[in-house]
Amino acid sequence: MDLGVAAGSGRHTGTSRLRVEDAALLCGSGKFIDDLAEPVNLAHAAILRSSEPHALIRSVNVGRARELPGVHAIITGEDVRNLSSPLVVGVKLPMECWPIAIDRVRYFGEPVAIVVACNRYVAEDALDLIEIDYEPLPAVVTPQAALDQANPPLHDAVGSNLVNERRFSYGDPDAAFAAAARRIAISVAYPRNAVTPIETYGVVARYDPHEASYDVTANFQGPFSIHAVLSRALKVPGNRLRLRTPPDSGGSFGVKQGVFPSIVLIALAARVASRPVKWIEDRLEHLTASVSATNRLVTLEAAVEADGRMTALSWDQVEDVGAYLRAPEPATLYRMHGNMTGAYAIPNVAIRNRVVVTNKTPTGLNRGFGGPQVYFALERLTAKIATELGLDPIAVIRRNLIPANAFPYRTATGALYDSGDYAGALDAALRDGRYAQLLTRRDAMRAQGRLYGIGHAAVVEPSVSNMGYVSTVMTPAERMKAGPKNGAQATATVALDPLGSVSVHVASVPQGQGHRTVLGQVVADVLGIRPDDVQVVTDLDTARDAWSIASGNYSSRFAPAVSGTAKLAAERIRDKLAAIAAAQLNVTVEDVNFADGKVSASGNPDNAIPFGRLAAASHWAPATIGDDAAQALRETVYWTPPQLSAPDAQDGVNSSLCHGFIFDFCGVEIERETGRVVIDRYVTMHDCGTILHPGMVDGQVRGGFANAIGAAFYEEYAYGADGALLAGTFADYLVPTVAEVPAPDILHFETASPFTPLGAKGVGEGNCMSTPVALANAVSDALGVGVERLPMTPSMIRALCSEAEPARPASVTPPASAPEPATGGRGLTGSGDARFPATRQELWDTLLDPDTLARIIPGCHSVARVSDTHFRADVTLGVGPVKGRYTVDVELSDLVEPASATLSGTARGALGSGSGHGHVRLEETGEGTRLSYDYEARVGGKVAAVGGRLLDGAARMVIGQFFKALGRHASKASGSSSMPGWLAWLFGGAR
Amino acid sequence: MPRLSRDETTPVRFTLNGAPVSGRAEPRRLLSDFLRNECGATGTHVGCEHGVCGACTIRIGGTMARSCLTLAVQAEGATIETVEGLAPQPGRLSVLQEAFRRHHALQCGFCTAGILMSLDTLFLDEPDAGEVRIRDVLGGHLCRCTGYEPIVQAAIDAQSRLRSGNTDV
Amino acid sequence: MKPAPFDYVRAESLDEVLDVLAAEQGEARILAGGQSLLPMLSMRLARPRVVIDVGRIRGLDAVETAKDGLVATAGLRQATLLAHPGLERTHPLLAAALPWVGHVQTRARGTICGSVAHADPSAELPLCLVALGGSVRLISKRGRRRVEARDFFTGLMSTGRREDEMIEAVSFPEAKRETGYAFREFGRRHGDFAIASVAAVVTTKTIEISVGGVDDVPARRAWPRLEGSALDDALNALAWELDARDDIHADQRLRRDLVRSLGRIAITEASQCLV
Repeated sequence: MDLGVAAGSGRHTGTSRLRVEDAALLCGSGKFIDDLAEPVNLAHAAILRSSEPHALIRSVNVGRARELPGVHAIITGEDVRNLSSPLVVGVKLPMECWPIAIDRVRYFGEPVAIVVACNRYVAEDALDLIEIDYEPLPAVVTPQAALDQANPPLHDAVGSNLVNERRFSYGDPDAAFAAAARRIAISVAYPRNAVTPIETYGVVARYDPHEASYDVTANFQGPFSIHAVLSRALKVPGNRLRLRTPPDSGGSFGVKQGVFPSIVLIALAARVASRPVKWIEDRLEHLTASVSATNRLVTLEAAVEADGRMTALSWDQVEDVGAYLRAPEPATLYRMHGNMTGAYAIPNVAIRNRVVVTNKTPTGLNRGFGGPQVYFALERLTAKIATELGLDPIAVIRRNLIPANAFPYRTATGALYDSGDYAGALDAALRDGRYAQLLTRRDAMRAQGRLYGIGHAAVVEPSVSNMGYVSTVMTPAERMKAGPKNGAQATATVALDPLGSVSVHVASVPQGQGHRTVLGQVVADVLGIRPDDVQVVTDLDTARDAWSIASGNYSSRFAPAVSGTAKLAAERIRDKLAAIAAAQLNVTVEDVNFADGKVSASGNPDNAIPFGRLAAASHWAPATIGDDAAQALRETVYWTPPQLSAPDAQDGVNSSLCHGFIFDFCGVEIERETGRVVIDRYVTMHDCGTILHPGMVDGQVRGGFANAIGAAFYEEYAYGADGALLAGTFADYLVPTVAEVPAPDILHFETASPFTPLGAKGVGEGNCMSTPVALANAVSDALGVGVERLPMTPSMIRALCSEAEPARPASVTPPASAPEPATGGRGLTGSGDARFPATRQELWDTLLDPDTLARIIPGCHSVARVSDTHFRADVTLGVGPVKGRYTVDVELSDLVEPASATLSGTARGALGSGSGHGHVRLEETGEGTRLSYDYEARVGGKVAAVGGRLLDGAARMVIGQFFKALGRHASKASGSSSMPGWLAWLFGGAR
Repeated sequence: MPRLSRDETTPVRFTLNGAPVSGRAEPRRLLSDFLRNECGATGTHVGCEHGVCGACTIRIGGTMARSCLTLAVQAEGATIETVEGLAPQPGRLSVLQEAFRRHHALQCGFCTAGILMSLDTLFLDEPDAGEVRIRDVLGGHLCRCTGYEPIVQAAIDAQSRLRSGNTDV
Repeated sequence: MKPAPFDYVRAESLDEVLDVLAAEQGEARILAGGQSLLPMLSMRLARPRVVIDVGRIRGLDAVETAKDGLVATAGLRQATLLAHPGLERTHPLLAAALPWVGHVQTRARGTICGSVAHADPSAELPLCLVALGGSVRLISKRGRRRVEARDFFTGLMSTGRREDEMIEAVSFPEAKRETGYAFREFGRRHGDFAIASVAAVVTTKTIEISVGGVDDVPARRAWPRLEGSALDDALNALAWELDARDDIHADQRLRRDLVRSLGRIAITEASQCLV
């Protein structure tokens, strides 16, 4: 039966209807999680986070914090261990993944304790009073270090930081490489970043001890497979964890999947505190410890014919998932597995996938999810092939594109691409995007001596993830044992009320995309009513609503899966209504027409029933509905596409249902003097199947594009060599503003998906995949040097320019006594010397005199001698308004009186901690003694993360102050002195 | 000279969107928290609490201000306007709000309140502000959803309607 | 991310401020615009015992003209100065640099003196104050004193202000005849702290160049009217003399590059203003 309106061509669907969400949001009456009504006895949580990237926890002392008035409860790792189970780990490993550190911290910002108090202010006061005694361990920071078996494992029971490795072979890559005219390879590194939403995480939880059940509201975005993870962690059946989402969420872009470990913590906090607990993550917490994309090292090699045709690819990927392989990782690595050949027809593929753990925040969903990492390698390689072979890059792309007549197309790695005309879209983009003009412009700019480049990227954007794709990480035998996972259930409910109006509910959990608007259009078109007459609810309550593990807002599944399922549910209602109407109108079901708010007989518009009256019939007069018809009240449809089968025995996997196509090109100019890249033009062509709402599709493209500008040039969760996070504020994690984001030219090409009810495909993530690499290709073209990592900072661009620097004039000597900060990190090293009018022995003796030290150390309150070689100082140190009080422990060793000594020590305070070691040497000179020192220190804690700009200079300043004080002291009384560097470096590194 | 003790709350009274409000706050209470929790004006959102994202931007005494960089006690006696005060009446939108809706200048709507307050203040102070000035003002706000261009277009559209007196939408 | 507890004084006169400053011995912080102090409080990097709000003191937000130039008093907001009539004529350097200070929204609240007191090495206003040879007027119960800008900034976020003093005003000398002024800055994003900023003051006989964002304090050099390679050499020497910072936003090399390139551009632009 085909009634009413055909897919995607309705009166309303396909138009840019004003969003129903907007009026409330524009008036400040949105309902975000922190706006919801609160229970009267609500308490507030704050989380103490590790100041160390890697350390054993010797002790946690919460005594003083517990005594603070207003504090209701404090939860530590021990409590969490007693009340819950570890979170699920992505692959079978002897790795325990708790949402809080139990006896060891493995990343900076890892939760260590939770305070529940009367408000957030008091809760944070209590955090300051909790004393943690850490025993620092060396940090494993980079994926290269993780692969080095000489480095200690993060998880002793696992025994290695390489936690998973799989090799795949599709077709005959060895033969293809052996036969290839050329082998061309590229090695690239994709950084850690995240599309940090402006609203942070929020959780409100309560526990009912009588029913042993949790009731949690969180701005979680799905996937709701995580509900199972949460239930297991909380040790309750699924029906004892009621998980709800607020009506509005302030953006997610994948990131709000990562709230789930906090859900466990706050749920347990509510249980321990015996009252409802709210936790609103703050921005510092979010930037340090929420979730990010994986950073990935990729070496990709292609077997290439002379004409640029690729016959085989060989991938070697090292995926850095941070400190734990926490579910759903290693999904970032496998989400693209079916698409590893991108838009190209390449029959032979070899893949080596390795997953490593490092002392960094665990990773998770992020817009693009695996795509940015894959395409940064693949499309840089495509550009490099053109360069190496002296071919037009467009010609290389075109030669490799999957032909239009090959769809549905099965890729080498198992994906079934639904539809497309890639060459057609490419041609349309070049024509409508005025590519020829851009080439002319490049010539003209270069003729003026300017650095101008053009870049391209051809990308396939997958959407609607197969719930079984992550199981590709297991061997076929392991999968067999575990049982198959596949499909992607979408749900939609359409209901009729006693006044005949229409309500819709879906489990799509929008994060601002406007789902309610589109569903109104889709359902209205099916039922022949106005979209404004359809009321849509999208917040989810797992206790009441239809949902499944695939529910949620991810893998761009709304347009292809959820809206299509709503259409199916509406059709089911409509068909039932048609049967009821047929009897009343005295026509056959086939002749019932739904249009303009009426249900009428085809060809006889006067023979009609108002839609509302018909829709109310099953409520008011069910007995009058004839035997041929069913009651039309409420229909819930679960829809899963049959194409999403489990990975096969050869590791082929159809990782996603839909595959959109994107072709981007752009022109950039590089300012030679500053390394700034100016985007001159950017054209992005999208085929996302049937377009349901043009305004929203362009909104998705523009948003993804802006996020990609961030990834390409600005955003990185940078870590120092010691594991300290260096981008802990919005002053250091650089989100692009309006000034950095140009408006792209957006073009469309529509090939409907045959696999989705409305012909639509996902569109939300594509530019995060295509844009960073298109820009990197343009920069490479401009400079004539290949870009191999992101973000393309001015320093990196300048370095790629390889200009020799004018030499340091002989007249300029580097500052002698100031430490030179270590490059790229919060690790500090330095050396220097000073001269004193005193003998070596006199200096040496005062070195062991606490009273003298107390007088000359800047900000020192007292120095106590713990033993002959162990001092403990109490000091207040700071730069400008940034002040903190520290306890500093210093131990001396390798004492060669009065010539040299080695010092090691630690400093601890509310603002952070430091540790390090150094050497001091005393030499007699004609006028007295020359003291020289060097040190190495590392800094953890808040200052390291938020005060990066303060840190290096502050070390110099504190040392300077110390020297002044020492000079004054030495000039007053010859024979009094100390060890300039040794405490100062600690203090310098410990503010 | 009143000295307010750290542990004690003190009355804070000001005019919010034309109506008097009062509540109590200890010295350290941020105005953003006071507006949301004491006044129930949850339209002002908190995104970073260090003055960068702009979501909490309001108008104090006629000028733009980050409410997260203001203490509640500083607001004593002030005239404050927030996003809740922009619409001419319930169920209707202002010219600027309408332009945002028409241009799809918001998606999640979380950063929007602050952006509206900045632009509304700009158009009050400088009715003839050009696009460069509009972009300059928008530069104090972070938005992750829209890519900014629709916001710029909405602002230009709203401004031209305000200037021409054509407020039909 | 909420401030630690502090007492709050809503000062109604300067005397009250000075009394509290004297009594608290370094444990008091002055709150004017709050654009630098509030983030420090919320991050609990700063934990003063008392915060003194000077926002209610009458007459503190004036722009005065004195013999040593334009006097910005303690409460004067950055936006107010930027909108000051004739600023482009009397203080072309300030008119060029002020739009680079933060964002429109922070300039609406942030004060001139607050930025000088905060002494961020990348901030534009300390740079301008040094470049123009301005001065800082400090006041305490013990009296008033004037400190030349070049002596005021002593290190990263550190100044010559004593614990019992507050900045009463700063003075920016007016533009001189037959002198060109130019300001250049490079930052990662709109409104970011400078990676490097340069102020050039050029006459027919001299070049004065000041550099911010590179070392811990603004650096100023005075040269004769160097040209060509001699100017390049001087800029290169300056780039190397400064103890350039190395951080995630820019390495030392880029900062030195910017001293050389922005320096030359600013000097050229200032020279063009001469004719």
